[in-house]
Amino acid sequence: MEKDVAVIGVGQSSFVRGYEGSIRELAFEAFREAMQDAGITQKDVSASVFCSAPEYDKQRSPAGVLAEYLGLIPQPTFYIETVCSSSSSGVKVGYSMIKAGLHDVVVVCGFQKMSEITSAESQERMGRGADIQWEAPFGTMMPAYYALYAQAYMAKNGLTHDDMRDVRLKSASYGMVNERAVYRKGVKAEDFDPKNPDAKMAGPVAWPIRVGDACANADGSSCIILANKEKAKAFSKKPIWIMGIGAASEAVNMAARPDFSQGLSVGYKAAAEAYKMAGITAKDVKVAEVHDCFTIAELMAYEGLGFAPMGEGKQLIREKATYKEGRIPVNVDGGLLSKGHPIGATGGSQMRTIVLQLRGEAGPMQVPGDPGIGLVHNVGGVGLYGNVTIFGR
Amino acid sequence: MGFEKFGRKSFTAVTKVVKFVDLLAEGKIDGTLCKKCGAKFFPPRSDCATCFSKDMDWFDMPKKGTLETFTTAYYAPFGFEKDPPYTMAVVDFGDGLKLFARVAKDIKLEDVKVGMDVGVRTLSYEDGQISFEIVKA
Repeated sequence: MEKDVAVIGVGQSSFVRGYEGSIRELAFEAFREAMQDAGITQKDVSASVFCSAPEYDKQRSPAGVLAEYLGLIPQPTFYIETVCSSSSSGVKVGYSMIKAGLHDVVVVCGFQKMSEITSAESQERMGRGADIQWEAPFGTMMPAYYALYAQAYMAKNGLTHDDMRDVRLKSASYGMVNERAVYRKGVKAEDFDPKNPDAKMAGPVAWPIRVGDACANADGSSCIILANKEKAKAFSKKPIWIMGIGAASEAVNMAARPDFSQGLSVGYKAAAEAYKMAGITAKDVKVAEVHDCFTIAELMAYEGLGFAPMGEGKQLIREKATYKEGRIPVNVDGGLLSKGHPIGATGGSQMRTIVLQLRGEAGPMQVPGDPGIGLVHNVGGVGLYGNVTIFGR
Repeated sequence: MGFEKFGRKSFTAVTKVVKFVDLLAEGKIDGTLCKKCGAKFFPPRSDCATCFSKDMDWFDMPKKGTLETFTTAYYAPFGFEKDPPYTMAVVDFGDGLKLFARVAKDIKLEDVKVGMDVGVRTLSYEDGQISFEIVKA
């Protein structure tokens, strides 16, 4: 395996509703933790990359403002955006900067403060993450787009509402033990039962997606510090190496999408590229973080990543294979569903979880068996952008 | 200008394919056809990504297709609050042509099924907006 670029520090703020501070203060929380984790100072950093989805912030061009607050000037700084996968894209850019020999240590910081606008405004902005010329005029929003995939899976692949519910039950069980998660409450099957008058998860949002199938909006930040081989060996006792990176894009318009019962094409393409670069197959992955913005998205990711055959993702949740003790543990930090999804911070947060797992430092979320290879799957928009990153010791 | 009339609420007013709205007013739902290489596009585009030509013609979309998938929105984004519930769907016409639109209100929700035969027609809203919708075949 290639050992050219390593993660030497990881950090994440608590994911919360209504962070009481500005975006620069939010970013600093993850940055502080990652710098202390790496045991370095700002003079060791040669460039920074900031990642978020625009339009949530009043601040235009946030990279310069954040670089100053984090003490990372006069080094160069850049802003990267692929909506929900912004910080995975930022890590790919940071990786490339190091591989090119231009920089030796790069800070990648993802952030999002979603609470400055109302939920309806947020849905409208997310809807405008899709095609504003041809689709937003019909009143689209993120849950509706993913519901198109869920409906096709239910009609053609035998997926049931109970399967989707069970993904949420799994995520909630880990959200309860993750101190950084926004949704710490447990979820029970009866919370999804439409016959239960107190069923808080059962209400339709965009059928067949229900309240409980959707992730939690949150404010949060993440930070990943990347280093070249020489600096990684100098600074870090437990460097975690980037073994493979894959990325892909797909048509924004639903009218240009292939078969909806076959999942998101960017998932397959990014995974194939990352596996090839890492020289491994799906069977070698011992722990994974996948993009579960909705329960259907996790089930599609099982297939895109090769953990289950096409159309059979449902079997993994039925067999509890993606629980911590299962064959391939997935989202054992609560995932986007319970940990929360502060858009620009999500990819970096997923990476932090995998790095901690590979170091054996994941605490109550640690998967057994000393996992040596972990994977992050992070999607932007409705499968508009796909990113898969593979990590190893 | 002119494209601000498209859909329940338009987010853009200016496009080179604004004639699409004029054709809707004539009851036509059209895509574009590259005069040079014959590539067909729906939604319409003014530039051919296959051969780089900008010499495009209009063609009528097929009248019948299959409903590939759908969803019913019970909440709506900012600006669409009065509309829910409404159903949106993807129609597959074959030959690589698909269309995304709302399903007509006169189809009962319980009658919408994946795989059903459907058609499309133009639609005018009371406020002057113009669009197209999916109907029973």
